[in-house]
Amino acid sequence: MGSEILFFFEVVVGGLLAGTMYSLVALGFVLIYKASATFNFAQGAMVFFAVLSFVGFMELGLPFFIAFLVTIGLMVLVGLSTERLVLRPLMNQSEDTLLMATIGLGYVLEGLAQAAWGVEVRRLDLGIPDFPIMLIADTIGIFISALDLTAGAVAAFMVISLAVLFTQTKIGLGLRAVADDPGAASSIGIPLKHIMLLVWSAAGVVALVAGCLWGARAGVQFALVDLALKALPVLIIGGFSSIPGAIVGGLIIGSTEKVLEVYIGPFFGGAIEGWAPYVLAVFFLLKRPEGLFGEKIIRRV
Amino acid sequence: MSTSIKTYSKVDYINFAVLMVLGFLVIPMTVSTDYWFTSILIPWLCLALATIGQQVIMGYTGQLALGAAGFMAAGAFACFNLILRVDGLPFFGALIISGLIAAAIGIVFGLPSLRIRGIYLMVATLASQFFIIWVIDKFGWFKNYDSSGIITAQDIVIFGKSYTSPVEMYLVILIVVTILTILAINMARGSTGRNWMAVRDMDVAAESMGVSLLKTKLQAFAISSFYCGVAGALFAFTYLKSLEPVAFDIKLSFKILFMCILGGLGTINGAFIGAGFILLFPVLLNYVGNNVFHGAIDATIISAMEQVIFGVLMIVFMIYEPLGMARLWENLKQRLFKKKNK
Repeated sequence: MGSEILFFFEVVVGGLLAGTMYSLVALGFVLIYKASATFNFAQGAMVFFAVLSFVGFMELGLPFFIAFLVTIGLMVLVGLSTERLVLRPLMNQSEDTLLMATIGLGYVLEGLAQAAWGVEVRRLDLGIPDFPIMLIADTIGIFISALDLTAGAVAAFMVISLAVLFTQTKIGLGLRAVADDPGAASSIGIPLKHIMLLVWSAAGVVALVAGCLWGARAGVQFALVDLALKALPVLIIGGFSSIPGAIVGGLIIGSTEKVLEVYIGPFFGGAIEGWAPYVLAVFFLLKRPEGLFGEKIIRRV
Repeated sequence: MSTSIKTYSKVDYINFAVLMVLGFLVIPMTVSTDYWFTSILIPWLCLALATIGQQVIMGYTGQLALGAAGFMAAGAFACFNLILRVDGLPFFGALIISGLIAAAIGIVFGLPSLRIRGIYLMVATLASQFFIIWVIDKFGWFKNYDSSGIITAQDIVIFGKSYTSPVEMYLVILIVVTILTILAINMARGSTGRNWMAVRDMDVAAESMGVSLLKTKLQAFAISSFYCGVAGALFAFTYLKSLEPVAFDIKLSFKILFMCILGGLGTINGAFIGAGFILLFPVLLNYVGNNVFHGAIDATIISAMEQVIFGVLMIVFMIYEPLGMARLWENLKQRLFKKKNK
């Protein structure tokens, strides 16, 4: 094979794997959207909050595993207070109102994280090197980072377990019932409170995992919030209520933005990664507003 | 959300006269420190104008747009290039053309709104935010091939006289803001505004009653971007005194969104209240930090707390008073003056 084709594959594979990191952030959005039809704009802030707390606990001297568990506990607490203080008073409000409230929630989480742990950029060492794996490089000739590969595996694992949870368990059935019609669901005895708590906690855990992988790559810093914004085009392409959609959307965004950046970027001075995903999402929207896997939206007067 | 449509009463004219006397005479004569003009009054008026733009699209037309800063950047750099490249173009002329350029860009990025709404539209408008800043940053022509990254804005020259002192700049801005605010109030209460609100409250119903969605939405995007463009030009020429794309990043867009929502969606005076609050609150917080706690609290913690408080307020207003501070003010007025007629 010519080296140019190999290079192209390398770019695509690198993009696909980076895309799974977007997918992980998007997954948190989808979880909450599926169970409560709330668009949680604060998911990016949750990623930042979770990983900053995690690093903070480790700096306090907690071992890796304990710090991870404590952070999960903290995220459950965040979920609990969100359900209590934000979602319950806003029940039955319009989607736009809820969206604005979650923008506020995002601000609160970002501010709290910075007030508690400070603003400096921190390193997070997961023990996984962000270097190409020599074995693959030698045999196929493509450079793939071990971190990217791990992120891909983690994302795959999370998607499969969440998909099983949603489709194969009683809890999953309850979640879908609540998303469909909260009133009807609670009237047949599905505990709304528990469902919400469960979903927000799960989203918190997903945020922590995504934050760890992003933090290991780019450092634990405020810029993570902006990176998480890129999960929005991912969602638009995949559809808001589809877990596989989040993954496919992430892969499409990740590979497209890398290919565009490498092959078209140099003609314009680079950095088209910054807007390419959004423009791509807009074109998708014009063609297929409900996303690849989303449910068709029908509006009535 | 409903906004009452009323004709002007005697009280309105009196209020207007009082505000004008206050703005054009009392403030320039009594406020003597430059700090108040350069750090509070000038940015307040500029950002309030941008917030009116955000109100038009979000508060009146109900389209969730998050890209005000992008259009402000477009206006600012358009104004810079017009003054730089067109000889003899008066400042106000350049300002209007900058607004029109921003409006044209607004129409292009408003096109997706014809098919999508809500969060989807928000993502589409985010595209405009990142794209506009990128274009300005990457194509040297916009920055007149200046490599330093920070370009000094030209002086404001009107009829051969330059307006460079804080008071003079304040007065220039006040004239522009007054005219555009009166225009906005009249648009909002006229048929234009009624169409916007019809689209906001139920677009399908509005369309079946003969309101053209295409015309109404694009018109709202154009007018909104016009206001943002003019505001951006004023902001760069009087407050920043320089032109740098970074100043118009997504954070500024969020700030304007907050001003709009906390001030009160679908109100013009809410734009001024919201902008004033978001601008003054950090000043107050710093003052408390320095004078009550004597600097015992770290500055980064104070700015983090400021973010927390804005977020909490956003949630609290969504729960208890979705119509924002403008409505609180109305309620207070009614209680104070015991007005029975609405």
